[in-house]
Amino acid sequence: MSTADLEQGFAATISADQRIEPRDWMPEAYRRTLIRQIAQHAHSEIIGMQPEGNWILRAPSLRRKAILIAKVQDEAGHGLYLYAAAETLGVDREALTEKLIESRQKYSSIFNYPTLSFADIGVIGWLVDGAAICNQVPLCRCSYGPYARAMIRICKEESFHQRQGFELLLAMVNGSDAQREMVQESTNRWWWPTVMMFGPPDDDSPNTAQSMEWGIKRHTNDELRQRFVDMAVPQAAALGVSLPDPELVWNEERKAHDYGDPDWEEFKAVVAGAGPTNAQRVARRRRAHENGAWVREAAQAYADKQAARAAGRKDCEVAA
Amino acid sequence: MNVHHTDVKEHDAANAYQSMSETTGHDDPRWAFGTGVEDAQAEITSPVPDGVDAADLAAYCLMLGDDALICSHRLSEWVSNAPELEEDVALANTALDLLGQARVLLARAGQVEGRDRDEDSLAYLRLEAQFRNVALAEIGDDLDFACAIARLLLFSSWRLALLHRLLDSRDPVIAAVAGKGVNEVTYHRDYAARWALRLGDGTAESHDRMQTALNAVWPYVEELYRPSEVERRLVEAGVAVDPALTRAEVDAVLDEVLAKATLARPDGPPIGTIGGRGGRQGVHTEHLGHVLAEMQSLARQHPEATW
Ligand SMILES: [Fe+2]
Ligand SMILES: [Fe+2]
Repeated sequence: MSTADLEQGFAATISADQRIEPRDWMPEAYRRTLIRQIAQHAHSEIIGMQPEGNWILRAPSLRRKAILIAKVQDEAGHGLYLYAAAETLGVDREALTEKLIESRQKYSSIFNYPTLSFADIGVIGWLVDGAAICNQVPLCRCSYGPYARAMIRICKEESFHQRQGFELLLAMVNGSDAQREMVQESTNRWWWPTVMMFGPPDDDSPNTAQSMEWGIKRHTNDELRQRFVDMAVPQAAALGVSLPDPELVWNEERKAHDYGDPDWEEFKAVVAGAGPTNAQRVARRRRAHENGAWVREAAQAYADKQAARAAGRKDCEVAA
Repeated sequence: MNVHHTDVKEHDAANAYQSMSETTGHDDPRWAFGTGVEDAQAEITSPVPDGVDAADLAAYCLMLGDDALICSHRLSEWVSNAPELEEDVALANTALDLLGQARVLLARAGQVEGRDRDEDSLAYLRLEAQFRNVALAEIGDDLDFACAIARLLLFSSWRLALLHRLLDSRDPVIAAVAGKGVNEVTYHRDYAARWALRLGDGTAESHDRMQTALNAVWPYVEELYRPSEVERRLVEAGVAVDPALTRAEVDAVLDEVLAKATLARPDGPPIGTIGGRGGRQGVHTEHLGHVLAEMQSLARQHPEATW
């Protein structure tokens, strides 16, 4: 088949809203874009274990501790599914991890903010997982089959994280004054970084059009951001917390909320590596990876020895 | 080209959005995720068995519960620090299992002592000397994976031998924890044994590290077999197991694993007691104070709070 035929077949699959599978032909740029996006997504799951892991040892009740451990464990699982999806495109986990710890690949900017109180655990579930779901639900229909399938499993668990976070906040706002203050302070701190999780505004997002054409992306950044804001407003009201945006108001004509502009300079700085915890997160991941090198080598050496022993036994059987 | 129809996916996607917008109404039973306490709720309130001293039973539940709670805490230090993502998942899972066992046992201790203390007040408001766990549960790994494996191998081999013998305890809560725990701890022991093999019989470096870790942890084993007065009395009453009786079983398991892993059985002297007292009597290593300082800090800052 000529390249033109292959390209035509690919385009036909995309326009029929069918899935591209690993053995199908795909344009190199499509493959590269997917690798970058899936790797970035996988890294986000893994780096995202840190801000929440920060409170596992101090969780203030045994039930909250269990919920938190289970959630962080889920995130490790999400990372595993996604690295496996990336592997179907010909890049292995080890190589991607190297890129992460050398800061040659990115992860979601939201995880470069610190968790400073236990309310942050609830707010991350409510807002950050909530925003992640808005981003990720459309990816369940992504044109690349393995990524779409990974997202289906992930989205189910994310929606649960969101509900657990909200339930923690509900308990806290019904608790002591100090707890209510913690929830409001945490909401104030996380709101804008969460709004920025959807990426730059559409007129400043050069890759969006191509990704949408390929069926990798289904909605623009601003569409997803709007969906998130509209969802968060009534939930904030149910909690009795305010959102720190004086321009946030219902627009009857648009049937949607108007909202203010986030500080895009801060966003750019965090993406460029100057967030409050960028260096700390990457250093921690590097430490785990490097501390674990001897363990991974041992596992490999043991597996090799076992394989050699099995082969040796087979030879004996043949000889006998 | 493969054709995958997307009905199922769209259905799932719709569900995810729907469950999000329903967040303000939360009646899903999975809200209580990770407790394990619900299953045992009926047993937790059951009466103290005839002829059993309530204070002894409470103390014994604390021993078994604190072992699990503190070991779980140590394991959870590994989350986001493990050598491989699979190990992050497995160690977190082990921590969760033990935490689940601890919660039921602490709740039972609170119930039978009758002083209006629940699992959280027992976990978060007791002082160091009121904890009843063995030292093996509390010593730190310092992020050395070999230490984590050595401790988990010894701890889970011993705990499994205990739980097997507690399946027909006269206390229904202890029997229920044993019933669920046998499967969990069997998995923990197998996990630790598989890694002991890989590390012991892996590279020269991993062999040395695993042997060093084993040597460091081994002196804490003797305490596991030393019965306290409370346990002696409860053995009589058909509630507890004499830990000395687990020695042969644990030894046999360890001998088999160590031989396969090409590791030597350490022969250093056991850690001594202070005037005959150890973890079961509330006399701990220097490590426990630090564990509790961290674990209890937030709960103690907000004594009036509910979480
Ligand atoms: Fe996730
Ligand atoms: Fe999540």
